Amino acid sequence: MTPENQPPMLQLLAPDGTYGVPKGYEAYGKIIEGLDQDFLKTLYTDMARIRRFDIEATALQRQGQLGLWVPAIGQEGAQIGSGHGVGKNDHIFPSYREHGVALTHGIELISILKMMRGVNHGGWDPEETRFHHYAIVLATQVLHAVGYAMGVKLDGKVGTGDRDKDLAVISYFGDGATAEGDVSEGLLFAAVNESPIVFFIQNNQWAISSHIDSQTKVPLYTRGEGFGVPGMRIDGNDVLACYAATRLHMDNARSGDGPFLLEALTYRIGAHTTSDDPSKYREEAEVDEWKAKDPIKRFEIFLRRQGIGDDFFEEVKVAGDDLAKKIRAETFALEDPPLENIFNHVYTEQHPEIDKQRAWLEAYEARMGDHE
Amino acid sequence: MTSSEPGSKPTKHAWVIMSSYKDMAISKALNAGLQQAMMKNEKVLMFGEDVAELGGVFRVTEGLYKEFGQSRIFNTPIAESGIVGTAIGLAMRGYRPVVEIQFDGFVFPAFNQITSQLAKLTYRSEGAMQMPVVIRIPYGGGIGAVEHHSESPEAYFAHTPGLRVVTPSNPNDAYWMMQQAIESSDPVIMLEPKRRYWQKGPVNLDTAPMPLHNARVMLEGTQVTLLAYGPMVTAALQAAEIGAEEGVSIEVIDLRSLSPIDYPTIMASVKKTSRAVIVHEAPTNVSLSSEIAARISNEAFYNLEAPVIRVGGFDTPYPPAKLEEAFLPDADRILEAIDRSLAY
Repeated sequence: MTPENQPPMLQLLAPDGTYGVPKGYEAYGKIIEGLDQDFLKTLYTDMARIRRFDIEATALQRQGQLGLWVPAIGQEGAQIGSGHGVGKNDHIFPSYREHGVALTHGIELISILKMMRGVNHGGWDPEETRFHHYAIVLATQVLHAVGYAMGVKLDGKVGTGDRDKDLAVISYFGDGATAEGDVSEGLLFAAVNESPIVFFIQNNQWAISSHIDSQTKVPLYTRGEGFGVPGMRIDGNDVLACYAATRLHMDNARSGDGPFLLEALTYRIGAHTTSDDPSKYREEAEVDEWKAKDPIKRFEIFLRRQGIGDDFFEEVKVAGDDLAKKIRAETFALEDPPLENIFNHVYTEQHPEIDKQRAWLEAYEARMGDHE
Repeated sequence: MTSSEPGSKPTKHAWVIMSSYKDMAISKALNAGLQQAMMKNEKVLMFGEDVAELGGVFRVTEGLYKEFGQSRIFNTPIAESGIVGTAIGLAMRGYRPVVEIQFDGFVFPAFNQITSQLAKLTYRSEGAMQMPVVIRIPYGGGIGAVEHHSESPEAYFAHTPGLRVVTPSNPNDAYWMMQQAIESSDPVIMLEPKRRYWQKGPVNLDTAPMPLHNARVMLEGTQVTLLAYGPMVTAALQAAEIGAEEGVSIEVIDLRSLSPIDYPTIMASVKKTSRAVIVHEAPTNVSLSSEIAARISNEAFYNLEAPVIRVGGFDTPYPPAKLEEAFLPDADRILEAIDRSLAY
């Protein structure tokens, strides 16, 4: 595609770090212009932290400490920006690569590694953190998010004008997941119920080895139109655009405007997971092209132009290394779960078969233990 | 059997003291059970295809829309995965959704949400989330329907850890099991025997007969234990009646719950009779009867005088309606199996 026929895209921060509000997007610019410097620094710090964490997690996987790692490098702008744009009562339904969004909502990063190590399947309280569990089966979480949003509306917590009471829901998924029927059904159910939800697609352009061109014939931000869900494309490597768009459209959803779809155009710099080898299906030149549009680098230029100096960036780097050390130590300290966890919480209420099998395994282990 | 237990006609005496008995068809009893649950707990929601104004294609939700309104019972787009997926989200929000899948053969678009999500979310969240969702499915054959309207998919769900699966065979159970399923904090697949929807019987409006997951001895006997559930309980009772005329004493057990299965009740009976015949409509290969037969051989091996015999649907897709009479087990096929068991 030539630049002329590229779909319109909200970008506030160009890859060279230049800030500017395109015509027609003033409402988004206004949100950014109201931010104080501490908050801007937080956006940078969080992006840098999650990237450092990601690098450490990959290393831990390579050393056999994790069964799998799902890198999100390159997507920090989309995740940290949108994560911070979500309101204090809002609920988040992630896919499985939203480590940055998790960071912005108080999920302890070691919880994510526990899951990847095989200690549990997701060890945080989704009601308390408002960050629901990772969904491994693509797009399943989209319907849960819509159902949750339907419930929020039934509870009368949409459009009351009371910021302490109202809430909305955001569901994250990738370009690959848009092919799943659950996304279409989710868009439809949200539309007919006028649910308070934002669908946030991180279009990182690669569904494992399948390029976006083989996944859709129309830009993804238009995918909701036929269902009655309007959408827009934003620069997913522009943390400010991602923050402003998420905040504005979550505010709208909370106010009762119904569902909206955001497509954040970004790029998966790393592999799909640590089991993948992207050199088999894509050119290094393409990766380099996207590295030049790096979300952290461009935001650093922006901050430096705001007068933020070396001290801050040095501090962030040191803090990142400290985080990596801490995560490494925490991972090595992880204990295997007790055997009874095989059986716990299969059911909420008593279940005779599970009880019997638990008792059998306990007795078996005790018996075999005697022979050791 | 006491008069308060269903499957038996209340005695004249019982009618005098239990004034709250009412004769109802199974569909009406399910409807009344739903109505009770919606009245008792405002978090109970009902949704699915055509369940609102129309009351569902079998009218099981008839009148509920008028009584409770759009916020409690509503129609959905025709998208089964969407129905179950949003029910999960609503359960996360503290609701108790009861969803209708219009026919057994239409549940499969929702299979992923049921087996990989609904069944596993409590486990995944280490108990932080409960999934009090009821999925109602009219199931089974015998109504002369077109393809996909006569299936018995219970084994898929009974095989799935995290789900509970129940099926009433009579109006009293329909009324109470519906309410008990909705009260459960775990997801429950409620399989409704559609060809028995119009079968009438007494419903005790005051007292639940027994916990949701108990099996019931419908008819006591001494020579063979006949295990059935859902639509086949009627056929089993017919077989027992004919058997009795021919001098064969058949103990009929209605399993009621297919996950978990009430093994203590089954084993007590098999240890008494030394013979077991299991009947269902579903294809016999890797079915509920496969599991029950295996369990009987484990737990009552020395009591058995004959191998466990299974009477089920053939291992074929459900046939065109003009062939279903030959496909479906009936009293004669059950009695033929009982004869084989007794011949050992």
